[in-house]
Amino acid sequence: MGNARWHGVALKAVLDRAGVQAGAKQVTFNGMDGPVMDTTPDFVKALDPDHAMDGEVMLAYGMNGEDLPVLNGFPLRLIVPGYYGTYWVKHLNEITVIDTVFDGFWMKSAYRIPDTPCGCVEPGTAPKATIPINRLTVRSFITNVTDGAKLKPGTTMLKGIAFDGGKGIKEVAVSIDGGKSWTPARLGKDLGKYSFREWKLPVKLSAGSHELRVRATNNAGDTQPGEPRWNPAGYLRNVVETVRVTAA
Amino acid sequence: MTSRLLLAFPLAIAAIAASGLVTAAPVDYRLPEETAAFKPGRNLEAVRNNCTGCHSADYIATQPRGQKNKKDFWQAEVTKMINVYGAPIGEADVPAIVDYLASTY
Repeated sequence: MGNARWHGVALKAVLDRAGVQAGAKQVTFNGMDGPVMDTTPDFVKALDPDHAMDGEVMLAYGMNGEDLPVLNGFPLRLIVPGYYGTYWVKHLNEITVIDTVFDGFWMKSAYRIPDTPCGCVEPGTAPKATIPINRLTVRSFITNVTDGAKLKPGTTMLKGIAFDGGKGIKEVAVSIDGGKSWTPARLGKDLGKYSFREWKLPVKLSAGSHELRVRATNNAGDTQPGEPRWNPAGYLRNVVETVRVTAA
Repeated sequence: MTSRLLLAFPLAIAAIAASGLVTAAPVDYRLPEETAAFKPGRNLEAVRNNCTGCHSADYIATQPRGQKNKKDFWQAEVTKMINVYGAPIGEADVPAIVDYLASTY
């Protein structure tokens, strides 16, 4: 995962210039890259016209003040703020407005989640209906201490990141006792509702083993579950992560 | 092993040509070293030969754990690779791949 500052033009500006006719059902995006095997479906993604024209979806040619690097999609890529990376088509060279719902493999068969409020179903069962994966779930991580780390007893500054699908992060809480009690962390600079939000919190660890946890809540009140939710493809994972450390 | 990605970009070349400069050249980019590795195990060779052309060991390591029947799970994954993604895996290699995955992951 990554967090970058993108430069480009609103997709809306380009579609307005081209002229989108009434009856448009979806907009598809294809890149110059192709599959390794001819028998693998070409990677094409689709958005609904209202989403494509929302003024936020972007055609980016720059990243962090420089031309897009090849690995990040040079010369042009799609930016779909708050949406999973599967939509951020790289090496973009083909945008098509169509009058049907796109039925390409990577929309119709792959990257789909259960059509339920949690995007989850009873483990091991098949969803009754599915929809294309869309917005990111709320997630947070401790980034300066790894699982299994050995620390000195006393004060440790925990640091990390939190993000969601575009409501913005409201609160990050940290537990050093496996989730029994929680302390709000100090949030870093707000770089925008789609950006990672840094957080930090000094914690005092006594000698022994500790389960460190972090849990974020967004401005809509969505938060992270204590137990993982399940869907067949394993998408939307946002269970509260646990980092086990020993102070000695 | 270092792999290199060589792509020609018609858009970029067209843009440069239109501006009057005729210095268009392919973009040559050095890919980062592969960080994921397969666990050692019986029949690893069959996996190297059939799977790594399209995806890294990450895709195997991140599959769900604790399957009730590992052999059935991996058999289904290999079948999907062949039927859905068009992987050209010889019939004789299928049991070897499933054996490696089920006994190693």
